[in-house]
Amino acid sequence: MIPSFWRKIRYRYNLTGTKCENCGRIYHPPRNICPECRRKSSITEVDLGDRGELLTYSIVHDAPESFKLQRPYVIGLIKLESGVVVTSQISCKPSELRIGMKVKAVFRKYGEDGEDGIIYYGTKFVPCEE
Amino acid sequence: MRKVAIIGVGMSRFGELWDKSFRDIVIEAGIEAIEDANLEGKEIEAVYIGNMSGGRFLSQEHISALIADYSGLASLNIPAIRVEAGDASGGVALKEAYISVASGIHDIVVAAGVEKVTDVGSAMEIMDSSIDQEWEAFHGATLASLYAMMARLHIHNYGSSEEDLAMISVKNHKNAVNNPKAQFRREIGIETVLNSPYVAEPLKVFDSAPISDGSAVVILASERVARKHTDTPVYINSVVQSSDYLAVQNREDILEMKAVKTATRKALKLAKCELKDIDVFEMHDSFTITELLLYENVGLAEKGRGHELVRDGRVEIDGEKPVNPSGGLKACGHAVGATGIRQIGEIVLQLRGDAGKRQVDAEKGMAVNIGGTGATAVVSILGR
Repeated sequence: MIPSFWRKIRYRYNLTGTKCENCGRIYHPPRNICPECRRKSSITEVDLGDRGELLTYSIVHDAPESFKLQRPYVIGLIKLESGVVVTSQISCKPSELRIGMKVKAVFRKYGEDGEDGIIYYGTKFVPCEE
Repeated sequence: MRKVAIIGVGMSRFGELWDKSFRDIVIEAGIEAIEDANLEGKEIEAVYIGNMSGGRFLSQEHISALIADYSGLASLNIPAIRVEAGDASGGVALKEAYISVASGIHDIVVAAGVEKVTDVGSAMEIMDSSIDQEWEAFHGATLASLYAMMARLHIHNYGSSEEDLAMISVKNHKNAVNNPKAQFRREIGIETVLNSPYVAEPLKVFDSAPISDGSAVVILASERVARKHTDTPVYINSVVQSSDYLAVQNREDILEMKAVKTATRKALKLAKCELKDIDVFEMHDSFTITELLLYENVGLAEKGRGHELVRDGRVEIDGEKPVNPSGGLKACGHAVGATGIRQIGEIVLQLRGDAGKRQVDAEKGMAVNIGGTGATAVVSILGR
């Protein structure tokens, strides 16, 4: 797990995606090839912005082993200002949730590999003022 | 390309088969199929096997050769090929088997699907491996929660309800009563579904298919050879596989299953028919919302109106477009890699008139098998 985690740290800690200069489409996670332009792709990295709105969400009760202690937690799809959609946890009370609510990115712990293991950090979202 | 027929069908029981091993269940289904096809065994030229995760469920890879061996085919030294596409593995195995016969390479081949899941602790986590591990599962998303997000959006945008979803589960349970191979052969009421605990809101335990042990086998033959073995061949009019973005977040509209739409359109074209010509459907109800979205993406209902089919009873076994007379994944059982072949087996029985008490009057049938959240879809059209 550790190498596969640190290879992606840059994109987990920051909301960075890739833009295809040929067609203008932006993707997260970053891609080496634009799914629309393929060989004509011209890829550059772009900042995706840290604000967005909640497209849809679920409150997870039946969770994998590594997430059991966090149950119930909220998973959502967030549409960022750049138009890109990301999957992330939402840190808030379930009663606050509604489709279309404004959210902003924050840096949070996701889990750890046992007591002495690596701690995984990443992006979560919290409600913000409109 | 040659015409290809299905000349034999076999299925193990689906469910928690504690007293049976992986090898036992695939052989049980295989023997039934060989008997049904009236073969001796030595006529088989290749075996294609759909299996999602022998490696994680059983620590057993290389199951292609294992299955050929334990099916008594080792001395024939034939090719055996395992294919994997999440819970669309069975459908993809059928497609590969079909190509090998249609192309003229083989005359008689086996398309099988098998999964043995009850020997491990957390089958759910293995099922979840069909979603994007780095960008979905890392954040705590599960297969159920991704479908739950689709359900939430459908309810929000189109006025469907948790009751509509529950009715799909009720329907499939009712159909399974008459399927001797089904895992849950008992009717349930809507309150059973609505009162079951949430898995990922708004989806509950009874919105979710079980993860089951089971195997299904069909035997394919070229038209000429099929005639020698059976008077009731069922033809594969088309079988088409499509793919889509693996992660739900990358799809333009999360309620649109483009792999399903593309595969359906191509399958109808190749089979030279229209959706109105299809009399019976087996659809991939891994969750109730999956079946609802398939109504819309296959084209039985317009976008945002899938729940009307449930309310009108049009997808009931005695309705205009019966969906899942077998009981579907929810009640017949979801033996992951076997499901795509199990659906084909049901359509064959329906078209031959061998479906017993769950018989539907049908000339043509369609099976829709999908992997994970829909990144793989296989649509097959069968006809008499």
